[in-house]
Amino acid sequence: MLDGLVELIRTAVVRLPPDVTAALEAALAAEEEELAALQLRLMLENAARAEELGVPLCQDTGVPVFFLRGEWGEVEPLLAEAVRRATEQVPLRPCIVHPLSRENTGDNTGAHVPVVHRIPGGERSVSFMPKGAGSENCSAAAPLPPSAGAGEIAGFVADVVRRAGAKPCPPVVLGVGIGGTLEHAALLSKLALLLPLGTESEEPALAELERRILREVNSLGIGPMGFGGRCTCLGVRVLSAHCHTASLPVAVSLQCWAHRRATLVERDGSWEVVQP
Amino acid sequence: MRHLSLPAERASISSLRAGDVVKVSGRLVTARDRAHRRALELSSAPVELKSVYHCGPLVRRAGDGWEVLSAGPTTSARMEAYLEGLLERFGTTVIIGKGGFSEGALDVLRRYGCVYLSFTGGAGALAAAAVKRVVEVHWLELGIPEALWVLEVRDFGPLVVAMDARGGSVYARPASGQE
Ligand code: SF4
Repeated sequence: MLDGLVELIRTAVVRLPPDVTAALEAALAAEEEELAALQLRLMLENAARAEELGVPLCQDTGVPVFFLRGEWGEVEPLLAEAVRRATEQVPLRPCIVHPLSRENTGDNTGAHVPVVHRIPGGERSVSFMPKGAGSENCSAAAPLPPSAGAGEIAGFVADVVRRAGAKPCPPVVLGVGIGGTLEHAALLSKLALLLPLGTESEEPALAELERRILREVNSLGIGPMGFGGRCTCLGVRVLSAHCHTASLPVAVSLQCWAHRRATLVERDGSWEVVQP
Repeated sequence: MRHLSLPAERASISSLRAGDVVKVSGRLVTARDRAHRRALELSSAPVELKSVYHCGPLVRRAGDGWEVLSAGPTTSARMEAYLEGLLERFGTTVIIGKGGFSEGALDVLRRYGCVYLSFTGGAGALAAAAVKRVVEVHWLELGIPEALWVLEVRDFGPLVVAMDARGGSVYARPASGQE
């Protein structure tokens, strides 16, 4: 299991998932601005080089975040050990510090790190999605007025992306959580990022909201690395929860083009790493 | 594509225009928030800071030295608070990063004669390919990402002249500033 977890981490940081590669290729084919197209080409070239050499495609290997499905028991110590080993073996950049002293722990673990989220039910699996700081620093959550509706939600998300500008390494991927309580909306926004690009919500109103946000964000004109152009966002997914009649929490997780994620699944009695 | 040797004199960067694409060769020193702060507090640094790279590299020990595996840029907006101090005290002429500074920084760059070059964010493996060796490292006690890494680079790029020394910028709108 431990070896499987280290492989999971290695795959996630080294190999850009195929759905992201396909989305970047489509964006490149549609791009007319020269500088924007150059950035997209370099992103794809970088991903190919990282995979060929087996090195992390971005030096910011992020905060380690795991998502567990099914029953796992007390697996936290094992996940922490996998992160320590991956830090040495892949290797990962030591990114984790104490929030006040800023002292680096050196092995990417610490209090509540790796971050572990449990999703009850379903087949047992472990997803790993490291979160880089450049994009996470632009993520936001806010209580919107309860009567806000789709237009205001889309406006809020577009505003977050506009303020982020070139900082989160656009084109970005957006995970949006609406409803629940504030921390639940934030978690939903992260779960939304796990979903494959090119899919949409089964709930028509949410699918419509996803399309609306994508349209509004791509009309901002920020473009790859902020140089203008058509593509500011590669994809949007929205997840929702019911909420209090007097509130509407909304969270948006910004993810950079380097949208790294992988999942460990059980197949025929052995563990296998898959990507969307 | 123009080629720039580092350290670059003011004269050689003054002709660069926002939107130009260049490559650079020579020595770069990585510096992030904490290194900027310390250098300005001490008003000195253990190494010349003429060419600064906003980067916290991913490195591995190799014998007595270090090997750079992935070394793309970090978000430059975090270092904007130190920009004027850096240019005034250390005479920096080239800064490489990603995401740019706010519009207000254009005037600072112009007054001191410094150009801001953008490398593709997240392209750590490509960047590492241009790093020929780690010359030395200082302030490792700040942690690996925050230390001053002196890197010898060859044909590092392509870099976009994102903010030039004449007040020009390629950012579609200076939304990349700190708000
Ligand atoms: S925002 Fe993402 S791609 Fe950009 S440097 Fe950070 S982790 Fe890498």
